[in-house]
Amino acid sequence: MTVLVFSENMEVAAELLGKGKELAGELGTKLAAALLGTGVKGKEGELFAYGADVVYVVDHPALTPFFPETYADALAKVVEEAKPEVILIGATKRGKETAPRLATKLNAGCAAGATNLRIDKEKRLLIAERPAISAMVVATEYSKTKPQIATVAPRTFEKPPRDDSRKGEVVEVKVDLTVPEKKVLELKKKEVKGIKIEDAELITSCGRGFRKKEDLKMLEELASLIGATLGCSRPIAADLKWLPEDHWVGLSGHKVKPKMYMAVGISGQVQHLAGMRDSKIIVAINKDPEAPIFKVADYGIVGDLYQVLPALINYLKSRKG
Amino acid sequence: MRVVVCIKQVFDPAELKVDPSTRLLITDGVSKKISDFDKNAIEEAVRLKEKYQAETFVITMGPADAMRALREALAMGIDNAYLLSDPAFENSDTLATAKVLAAAIKKIGNVDLVLLAEASMDGYSGMVGPRLAALLNLPQLTYVRSIVSIGDGKIVVERDLEEGYEVVEAKLPALVTVTKEINEPRFATLPKIMAASKKKVDTWGAAELGLAKEEVGLAGSAIQVMKAEAPVMGRKNIIFQGELQQQVEELVKALVKEGVLKV
Repeated sequence: MTVLVFSENMEVAAELLGKGKELAGELGTKLAAALLGTGVKGKEGELFAYGADVVYVVDHPALTPFFPETYADALAKVVEEAKPEVILIGATKRGKETAPRLATKLNAGCAAGATNLRIDKEKRLLIAERPAISAMVVATEYSKTKPQIATVAPRTFEKPPRDDSRKGEVVEVKVDLTVPEKKVLELKKKEVKGIKIEDAELITSCGRGFRKKEDLKMLEELASLIGATLGCSRPIAADLKWLPEDHWVGLSGHKVKPKMYMAVGISGQVQHLAGMRDSKIIVAINKDPEAPIFKVADYGIVGDLYQVLPALINYLKSRKG
Repeated sequence: MRVVVCIKQVFDPAELKVDPSTRLLITDGVSKKISDFDKNAIEEAVRLKEKYQAETFVITMGPADAMRALREALAMGIDNAYLLSDPAFENSDTLATAKVLAAAIKKIGNVDLVLLAEASMDGYSGMVGPRLAALLNLPQLTYVRSIVSIGDGKIVVERDLEEGYEVVEAKLPALVTVTKEINEPRFATLPKIMAASKKKVDTWGAAELGLAKEEVGLAGSAIQVMKAEAPVMGRKNIIFQGELQQQVEELVKALVKEGVLKV
């Protein structure tokens, strides 16, 4: 009996190990991690350093490139060996497509994108909270099947301190893998600036209210005046590509919790709200008084951003002297 | 080529409200619509019909009123529709839902491509696609922002991942989930809506799909929901009034007082 953690992304694996440690403590079991890939044997150290007691290694040529079909098969084999009560999988896009494939092979449930996890000690149940019904509510759920699986988005839980002196047990798992009839032909790089919007204390964010890319300069000026980072809604990053995707805030972008989130020209679609609703203070600037963003805002100005932003910038400059 | 699109009818999030006393969602009288990204999946299927003469099917699992979603898909250009409806299907989680969809796709038969959206607007779990692929034992291609080509029994797509755009080739049959950016869904024209309203649409229940009642619905679901409540959102909802200049000054002063601005 173990709590088993997997993410192909080491940062996320570390975060899950932190939470996994707590859950394993409640259940009185060991904490295990799965390490999958090609030439990964001998690279267990980091997983031990972040809290794993046991690392199950599947080192196989068929695990490169990453195909969810083979990763789900390999994980199913690890599950057979480790017999986990609880499995946590990082909800990167690769994790989000592998976890349900694994869960289906195991005929098991899966709590998708859990924002909170705890253990009901008496029943040995994993209780998960997750946003549901267009993120209007938080559902509290458990799975009546074992193993109990949950996926967890990056940066949901704190990364634990690293202890390089920790050691643990390595278990090699042998598995026959059938490679799906797929080929990766190319990986095109995305433009990234490497900003970490999740770390920003202040965010000024733009949406479809901006008519052209050049107009974002106004928001940049505001951001530099107050020391904020630029954010944006899905269309700005994914559709129009006015900003790289590391600025994208929302359910499928980044989840942020700054001290202040200022939404400018953002109507407040549910997916966007789910990415910023935990901000300490929310400010909305939008010309539509009916825009849903005002419902979640602490402070709002109903007006055209093309007038509001210059006025705001000028006033801030005058205060700064 | 035979293409099946799976869609879902959801409560229109724009109309959803929370009862402040119970923190429960009010769904009475809330209208339903096709989940936004599902329209991109429908559109992509219709384009495959136009480009490759694909025969297209649309299925949805839901109550009787989900027929409206199917009619809309037909009006957009899909050839055939089936409603998967049975009281036994109620409260299905993603596993039970995938089992119903898988049974329907097997019944349609000889399917080369299954299309879904990357996720539904309401649950937003993105799990039904990969679960369905596992049940049908198909290769899965998720987060597809472009179908580059189909030919020689193969499909080439471009996937939108965190680290970049991955161009992948897979042997058909396969399952694809699409992103919102893949296309701009068309509007149904009036003559098409008229024609779609006359089309015969069969309903398949558990019996027609050869599913035992304990495999589906709440009985066949692994996930049990204990409660679903709106989070407490203590927001001030202060909308500034008066001249713009005055509003701007009040906003800045409020933010300084909150300790988030230092100017």
